Amino acid sequence: MASNPQAYEQGASLWKDAWQRLRRNRLAVVGMAVLVFVVLSVIIGPWLSSYSYETQDRVKGAVAPNAANWFGTDTLGRDLLTRILYGGRISLMVGIAATAVSLSIGVLYGAFAGFAGGRTDALLMRIVDILYTLPFTIIVIILSVYFQKSLILLFMAIGAVEWLTMARIVRGQVISLMQKEFIEAAQVMGLRRRRIVLRHLIPNALGPIIVYTTLTIPQVMLLEAFVSFLGMGVQPPMSSWGLLIHDGANVIEEYPWMLLFPSLALSMTLFSLNFLGDGLRDALDPRIAKD
Amino acid sequence: MIRFLVFRALGLIPVFFIIVTVIFFLIRLAPGGPFEQGERFVAPEALEQLRAAYNLDAPLYKQYFDYVAGLFHGDLGPSMKQPSRTVAEWIVLRAPVSIELGFYALLFACTIGLLAGVTAALRPNSVTDYVPMSFAMIGICVPNFVLGPVLMLIFSIWLGWLPVSGWGPPATKVLPALTLGAAYVAYIARLARGGMFEVLAQDFIRTARAKGLGEARVVLRHALRGGIQPVVSFLGPAAAGLLTGSFVVEKIFRIPGLGSQFVEAAFNRDYTMLLGAVLFYAALILVFNLLVDIAQALLDPRVRYGK
Repeated sequence: MASNPQAYEQGASLWKDAWQRLRRNRLAVVGMAVLVFVVLSVIIGPWLSSYSYETQDRVKGAVAPNAANWFGTDTLGRDLLTRILYGGRISLMVGIAATAVSLSIGVLYGAFAGFAGGRTDALLMRIVDILYTLPFTIIVIILSVYFQKSLILLFMAIGAVEWLTMARIVRGQVISLMQKEFIEAAQVMGLRRRRIVLRHLIPNALGPIIVYTTLTIPQVMLLEAFVSFLGMGVQPPMSSWGLLIHDGANVIEEYPWMLLFPSLALSMTLFSLNFLGDGLRDALDPRIAKD
Repeated sequence: MIRFLVFRALGLIPVFFIIVTVIFFLIRLAPGGPFEQGERFVAPEALEQLRAAYNLDAPLYKQYFDYVAGLFHGDLGPSMKQPSRTVAEWIVLRAPVSIELGFYALLFACTIGLLAGVTAALRPNSVTDYVPMSFAMIGICVPNFVLGPVLMLIFSIWLGWLPVSGWGPPATKVLPALTLGAAYVAYIARLARGGMFEVLAQDFIRTARAKGLGEARVVLRHALRGGIQPVVSFLGPAAAGLLTGSFVVEKIFRIPGLGSQFVEAAFNRDYTMLLGAVLFYAALILVFNLLVDIAQALLDPRVRYGK
């Protein structure tokens, strides 16, 4: 970097600075690399695979990993690698879609509460506190009674409970930003509320929002796997990592690979998302020390 | 102190009733009740009788008030799918098992987690810091529904040291408690490390050392009190997490607790059972959070006076 005089001249924006710090964090870089690998495999993999995720071959049954089926086959003779790749699509899709839902609700709710202040704020945050009392898992299980067998609604249900933390974080950010001069200036200029919230408050609160989003995805994926493991999420013959782990756990004695590979896929992804999230937190907000 | 306690305890009552209301309507309004016409033909008269027996023919608001009135004398109604006992009787029968399991898991998590966290904080960036903290990261990223079957495979099937499943003699309780507690060992270790690290850097610790106190006394008598505060405030969420964790752990190890009953109820659309179990969980969590508040107040006078 020192050999590039231009870098000095231009100075560094927040984002450039953050990127530099992130690149120096080895764990975060490894996490990012693993994540890119996982995402590319689940997107491209199923097209390259010569197996289908649902074609059964009962004569063949469960076969240990070999040259033809790298990860072996399940009890119905389906290629496990293909099922993991398809399952990964579902798991990642749930992760991203539900996070998007929780992100939109949480950011708008939190920003509104923080901006409104006073009684409205107190009431809105009291609602969040009460919803917080019950564990998310219990609420998702209740909601799964409504949406049995509908994947899209499952996304929504998970997203609909995961927004609470995001709302709290955004509210805290907005309240601290509200005391800054540039917001006062915007108010004095007579800008409309909506414009102040959307154009000035949210963009300035972006750092923590990005960090928490990265950390929400693994939580959501874990929740999906948990619910699918209990048999109330993704339904067969579709596959998801939680469902595959459930199938594997049932036959762990005879066919341990059926548990091993889907568990590895899930844990590896959770690991890398968590490391990336931690790295982003350190990079975007150097004031918050780790732990 | 007493004022603080009473204030906190009274504050929980409206929260509990809001939860009752929301969950009641959420479950009652779910499409397709347990007595809908399914594949099996049920005579319309029988269906009428069933609906009447469960108070489902009354208007919704009346059902709600009847339910709340029942709550006051511990009546949660009959179970829709397992009518041999009422919901309250099922909870009395099953909950102690889950609570016992959760207690062992929490005990395990606190003992190992505190030991690991405090050891790590005493010598930061050394082997005694890195090794436990790396294990902690693994503990956080390996979900209990993966850990349970793996532990079962190793200790019950390959080594044959512990029974595969069930709930009875102490040996059957080891693996479930380890599975349920593992993630919390990790969280508690991280929090204890962070908390101790901060406290050990403060002036009064230097004073204590300068007085010539032994290291053990400095750590145990002076630093620990402040250092474990993050752990104490984490115990509320931890208890809630242990409850939901028990859903899978009880399923994996075939333990007859409330967790497996709850999951079954959701599966079979046993709405009264589902509602009763959720309310029981909510009450349990609220009470536990109150206990955590008390513990915090005892540890830190600033909390007591609302500063």
